[in-house]
Amino acid sequence: MMGYLLKRLAFMGVTVLAVCALTFFLMNIIPGGTAELILKHTVLELEEIPTDEQIAEISSRYNLHDPLYIQFGNWLAGALQGDLGSSYIQKKPVSYLLLLRLPATIQLAFAAMSIAVLIGVPLGIFCAIRENKFTDYILRIVTLMGVSMPGFWLALILILFFSVNLKLFPVAGYGELRYLVLPAVALSAHSLALTLRMVRTGMLEVMSQPYIAFAISKGLSPRHVIARHALKNALLPAITVLALSLGHMLGGAVVIESIFAWPGVGSLLVDAISGRDIPLVQGCVLTIVGVFVTINLLVDLTYTYLDPRIRYG
Amino acid sequence: MKCISISKSNPAIQGRIKWTPCHRIMANRTVAVCLVLLAAMVIIAILAPWIAPYEPNDINLKESLQSPSKEHWLGTDHLGRDIFSRLLYGATTSFAIAISVVAFALIWGIALGGIAGYFGGLSDDIISRVIDLFLSFPSMIFALAIVGALGSSVLNLIMALALVHWASYARLMRGQVLSAKSNDYVSSARVIGASDRRILVKHILPNALAPVIVLATLDMGHVILSAAALSFLGLGIPPSVPEWGSMLNAGKEFMRTAPYLTLFPGMAITLTVILFSLLGDGFQEILDPESEVSGLVAA
Repeated sequence: MMGYLLKRLAFMGVTVLAVCALTFFLMNIIPGGTAELILKHTVLELEEIPTDEQIAEISSRYNLHDPLYIQFGNWLAGALQGDLGSSYIQKKPVSYLLLLRLPATIQLAFAAMSIAVLIGVPLGIFCAIRENKFTDYILRIVTLMGVSMPGFWLALILILFFSVNLKLFPVAGYGELRYLVLPAVALSAHSLALTLRMVRTGMLEVMSQPYIAFAISKGLSPRHVIARHALKNALLPAITVLALSLGHMLGGAVVIESIFAWPGVGSLLVDAISGRDIPLVQGCVLTIVGVFVTINLLVDLTYTYLDPRIRYG
Repeated sequence: MKCISISKSNPAIQGRIKWTPCHRIMANRTVAVCLVLLAAMVIIAILAPWIAPYEPNDINLKESLQSPSKEHWLGTDHLGRDIFSRLLYGATTSFAIAISVVAFALIWGIALGGIAGYFGGLSDDIISRVIDLFLSFPSMIFALAIVGALGSSVLNLIMALALVHWASYARLMRGQVLSAKSNDYVSSARVIGASDRRILVKHILPNALAPVIVLATLDMGHVILSAAALSFLGLGIPPSVPEWGSMLNAGKEFMRTAPYLTLFPGMAITLTVILFSLLGDGFQEILDPESEVSGLVAA
């Protein structure tokens, strides 16, 4: 177990490092552009063309003349000591900006995940019990819609319906609970649909097992059989899907956050990318990928508790 | 001899043998309907320049933000461009992107997965680690960074999406080849002196391909969604190219006065993705009823 854990941790480190390196080199593919862009976003107007002296000054201030591997090495050395550099455009430390934005994203992802689990699991069980009945059909169609609909389109429709027409929730913003409702619903739709689908298939599979037939023939109530015997085994595949969909959420959050002007890491990343603010992009990618691989590891580890048959060697 | 006579006398098996894949596809009603509808969409996408009533980028400020009418079936946007025509041209963009990305990911994934599974050893170790690496971070974030870095163009978008999509094919293919490799027909082929290349391409590949095709079908919808999301953010597709995601982005400014601008492109995306996922599920039922590929696409 200890060996497995160490191996996984090492691989996690490699993954995060590789993603950061790839992002860094890709962001720098267009040569010379960085200094010009920094100037355009800070000192000059967008249409103005910077002079050679200005470019030279910015380049030497941010060490942009160094070879890329040295720039990356410097960044990495800083990052290992907890210093992610400062944003070219916002002129603030990247770690400060991230800490400022991270709570909003965690709040949004947590809310969306809760919706997906609290609605998806019961509905999945319900569908499995009423297999091929009318409600099952309706819910399966809704599930198909949920998986196929772009999250940002659902977000726009929710705004159109609940904010513009019914005026129940604000169009965009951050703060009280009512600001959270629409973004969380829009973000959760995909995972909710997947959870429902997985729980339904899992339940149907488990319910055909001999030990369920045995439990029923023993005279246990259906409620007891479902809750005590079937659910635990049916949930395992659903947990995998939920963990994967958390990655999907972090990606989807980027779009949802920019629609609802939600001040999270996703919208920070989009702004950073459009401004080619490389240290900030690096910081955001590092955070998101880091969170994602950590959660994946935690999920794999919880398997051993949920299903004692699973052992990592 | 005995075996053959048994199978001949068994009507169930005999019935199944007569059915070619083509028959089985057309017998599955969902698959048949999806195939016909998707084929129609592809034809419309190809013929867009001839069918579309207006040029997709013709700006006509006098007719801006009109609701659906006889002249403009689905209305016009803020620049007076015809929504219906832009939707048709948008189909061309979306299908072109999805087909290129999936084709690239498929070829790359099959090649690498095949090599890793068949030869094993060091090549397997290296390729498997790279696959693990690519599957262990959120693909959308990476695609976003690539497109942001390389700039907006359809080609860059295709490259970015292909780069994050190939790994699931490679992993699936590797597993398929690994399990196909131990079959008797492979040893037989080797005994009669077939080369590795011939065994891999002529004997193993056709038997390993079914789940990969299912994954590719499901992935088509997935790619269309990712491409739309990226261009919705204004990354990936230049404004001059009509695309469903960027149409939604342009329409969201006018949601109060012209809600149809956000409704129609979204419907187009949803309908296309639904058709691809139904088709993928149907293919799975036909080709390979045992395995579950759908879960993979969730990643």
